[in-house]
Amino acid sequence: MSDRSQPMDRRRFLADTARAACGVGVFGLALGLMAGQARSRPAQALRPPGAGPEDDFLGACVRCGLCVRDCPYDTLKLAALGDDVAVGTPYFVAREVPCEMCEDIPCVVACPTGALDPDLEDIDDSRMGLAVLVDEETCLNFQGLRCDVCYRVCPLIDKAITLESEHNVRTGVHAMFIPTVHSDACTGCGKCERGCVLEEAAIRVFPRHLAKGRQGDHYRLGWQEKAKRGESLVPGLVDLPDRLPEFKP
Amino acid sequence: MSVTRRDFIKTNAALAAATAAGVTLPGIDKAAEADDGIRWDKGVCRFCGTGCGVMVGVKDGRVVATQGDPDAPVNKGLNCIKGYFLSKIMYGKDRVTTPLLRMTDGKFDKNGEFTPITWDQAFDIMAEKWKAAIDPEDPKGATRVGMFGSGQWTIWEGYAAAKFMKAGLRSNNIDPNARHCMASAVGAFMRAFGIDEPMGCYDDLEHADAFVLWGANMAEMHPILWSRLTDTRLTKPGCEVHVLSTFENRNFELADNPIVFEPQSDLAILNFIANYIIQTKAYDEDFITKHVNFNKATTDIGYGLRPDHPLEKKAKNPGKGKFHKIGFDEYAKLVSEYTLEKASKMSGVEPEKLLRLAKVYADPNKKVASYWTMGFNQHVRGVWVNGLLYNVHLLMGKIAEPGNSPFSLTGQPSACGTAREVGTFAHRLPADLVVKVKAHRAAAEKIWNIPPGVIPPKPGYHAVLQHRMLKDGKLNAYWVQCTNNMQAAPNMNEEGYPGYRNPANFIVVSDPYPTGTAVSADLILPTAMWMEKEGAYGNAERRTQFWRQQVDPPGEAKSDFWQVIEFSKRFKVEDVWPADVIAKSGHAGKTLYEVLFANGQVDKYPLTELQEGFNNTESKDLGFYVQKGLYEEYRRFQYEGPKKGHEMAEFEVYHQTRGLRWPVMGGKETLWRYREGYDPHVKAGQGVRFYGKKDGRANIIFAPYEPPAESPDAEYDLWLSTGRILEHWHSGSMTMRVPELYRAFPHAVLYMNPLDAKERGLRRGQAVKVQTRRGEVETRIETRGRNKLPRGMVFFPWFDVNQLVNKLTLDATDPLSKETDFKKCACRVVAA
Repeated sequence: MSDRSQPMDRRRFLADTARAACGVGVFGLALGLMAGQARSRPAQALRPPGAGPEDDFLGACVRCGLCVRDCPYDTLKLAALGDDVAVGTPYFVAREVPCEMCEDIPCVVACPTGALDPDLEDIDDSRMGLAVLVDEETCLNFQGLRCDVCYRVCPLIDKAITLESEHNVRTGVHAMFIPTVHSDACTGCGKCERGCVLEEAAIRVFPRHLAKGRQGDHYRLGWQEKAKRGESLVPGLVDLPDRLPEFKP
Repeated sequence: MSVTRRDFIKTNAALAAATAAGVTLPGIDKAAEADDGIRWDKGVCRFCGTGCGVMVGVKDGRVVATQGDPDAPVNKGLNCIKGYFLSKIMYGKDRVTTPLLRMTDGKFDKNGEFTPITWDQAFDIMAEKWKAAIDPEDPKGATRVGMFGSGQWTIWEGYAAAKFMKAGLRSNNIDPNARHCMASAVGAFMRAFGIDEPMGCYDDLEHADAFVLWGANMAEMHPILWSRLTDTRLTKPGCEVHVLSTFENRNFELADNPIVFEPQSDLAILNFIANYIIQTKAYDEDFITKHVNFNKATTDIGYGLRPDHPLEKKAKNPGKGKFHKIGFDEYAKLVSEYTLEKASKMSGVEPEKLLRLAKVYADPNKKVASYWTMGFNQHVRGVWVNGLLYNVHLLMGKIAEPGNSPFSLTGQPSACGTAREVGTFAHRLPADLVVKVKAHRAAAEKIWNIPPGVIPPKPGYHAVLQHRMLKDGKLNAYWVQCTNNMQAAPNMNEEGYPGYRNPANFIVVSDPYPTGTAVSADLILPTAMWMEKEGAYGNAERRTQFWRQQVDPPGEAKSDFWQVIEFSKRFKVEDVWPADVIAKSGHAGKTLYEVLFANGQVDKYPLTELQEGFNNTESKDLGFYVQKGLYEEYRRFQYEGPKKGHEMAEFEVYHQTRGLRWPVMGGKETLWRYREGYDPHVKAGQGVRFYGKKDGRANIIFAPYEPPAESPDAEYDLWLSTGRILEHWHSGSMTMRVPELYRAFPHAVLYMNPLDAKERGLRRGQAVKVQTRRGEVETRIETRGRNKLPRGMVFFPWFDVNQLVNKLTLDATDPLSKETDFKKCACRVVAA
């Protein structure tokens, strides 16, 4: 049952750790905090569409706030002193106000420095982050219920999130609909995290470098390679017939 | 848990034996109290017609949690996202807890402010207004009073209200919101089979080899049934799913044969399928020879609009439902017009897809289950289109057996159990009887012990007509219970709202929350909901489910049937019945309460029969077990009435089971009706018998394509369809008060094809006005997401009280069922 003993929020944990680490500095807590923020890259700071890798973005962003001003949904915020994001830079918190993925991308248009990539013309190409279904134990669809709110609120439904159906072994007569995020389409807009009906969201958006694994180049998935090639990578191999007992009616 | 596995098995075995024998074991289901102090007891979900079984957890007089009942046959412990939040629906911060009357300076004033009053004051003013509108000597009965009820009423609430209106006030002006929802399905059931409700059951979801969805977005509207259908598609080799809709909804994700058709052309597609079956000689000749009559419908029947509307004047046979017997050859000739080419042209669907669909029905080795909801029912030819599907199933004999199942899904938790079964429609009486048949009225009058001639023979005002009559000042005292009809009914600007605010009328609304309907009224009555009363619902598969009162209602809130029964005390028979009828009755000087409720039947069961440990507010107020009394009197209609086939078990049995599918006879449920071996009413050797009809035969009724009432034109260039979404139920009066569901889908949006938006210079998310000939509503455009619209059509959900979609809709109905077509009118969309 849910009670007051909430587990410590991951974000809070990381932020606290960062603060503590900075606080150890010789210039005292406040200065340490500022210095820490100027270069900090907190786990969950989601940047506006078109923002490049965090270090490049921090280098190019002049903290002018024009993107925040032009955001029609008040999604974007400017980090203030004490926030766990570099002061003056734009970010958004998916669970509070996600990105509505405007067709004309006004935040990018407003950016005077190119910190938000002016070549981004189709909002579907933006990569603000990546949704991850972090908790299968609490996600209702993993228990067989029919929530799938994250799926239905996804602006790229059936591309960025699909429902993969499986037989529900427990009931024997129902299917389970497993929400599955596809990184080739997910923009990280955060609508899924916002929509999650749980008290703590089971699906969350992270900056992509935190959300994405990477396989080594030393192994390839055979069926994918075959599909890519359209035929076996070694064509012309044969199979001899098997000896079987003769059929007697 | 205090119950061991061994105890559990023993209890179950004892219960099975007891139920089979029709015996009850008091206290056997005494609720278990868990370690955390939560008492768990059996309940039913408050939302759709699926009827998911739940367990309700109570602590300190409050519902603190729910769970899907893992042993409920329908849902096996699962719920959709609305069911997941059941425990929060009763606790919105703005519950109405006292009667509220519009008053100025301490007196009723139609334009006054809502002011708290007592129940006594509320019934005083109601009685004054009702009596002013009733002339006891009027031979037509009380035509100036009316009531609008609900497929969310519990069984006894609907029964008490129908009895009060028809047997008490002598008025058939009672109709349920199921008129907006299931009336077309009912009409077709009665015409084809003579008995309402599906012959099959949810087990067909596992038995069928192929599924066809006709205007039913099951993926969102019946989420748990959809997961059963999906599982069959996943696990049964060769299983296929055909989906038909006027736009791509969530069903299409599973569709093997996805079909988006031009609105209204389903009539042509179904006739094509019948034609294909006949042309290929695939029909089951033995079945149609033995079990089917062929007929054709009267055509050019109008659109159920006001009689002075040009479309009604133009129609040759407005409102005529008569059909005429014909032979097979004539039927074959009539459908032969609907060739593949013609159906494809009319529907805009590729011929291959239509052919694939026809072949599934025509394949004698494939068991086909067809499902439909509002796409069929909210249709100006709803009765016809329901019937055309029965034609297809009947031609093939694919009916009334496992897996072969034309199945009408219901949208409300007791559209079947209450609205349809206990006689809350303006033309009906309990257990499938109708007011216009003298023998049916006589049977009802006998069971109710009222003199002959009390029940008026003419059907009363149906839902849409009630609003028209309110506006015209011909219906003056009006009571709405358990539904949000101002938001739900069509053409609110021209009919609904002017009717409520007409100074000639007094409008009473009973609701737990201050809905749009409630605040449009003159008097609001605070109402107990769901687990705040002992109740019963009947779901789409004829399953009747009971629950006990789990908690007390807040403040002065009382249940709908408490309100009706208390109000009946305010009338003497002399106030409502003609003198000559009273003289014959032996009821002179009695109140309607004494005649209808303290009548020796309803008050027969003492309070000692109440389950220990549970409150029962109404019974304790009245001094007898009122739910049981109402139910057992209603059950007499099933056994003593002129129509068989609707038998239910004794009251207690339902408290000890997870619901039973009627007819319940000999301690057994009925899964498939009309088929020997499954249905107790079909005798050995008969095989199949449609016993709702005298000759035991079902009706195939030919009906042609006829156009919609309003189609897009140069001025209003888009089709407008309205409907629901998964997260919110109906008008949102419950789900919009659950913070999580609100957050998941806070505001309605207008789904539109991206190219249509671009053509109008509109961008996704932009504020727009949707305009029709009747009104305009502001919203935002959505060109992505769950619904993919074809060019020329928009879809607008109606759950959002801040975007009253029914300002836009047209009050055109199926002229036979009087059900509104909420799926087709013409609109335009412009920048706001």
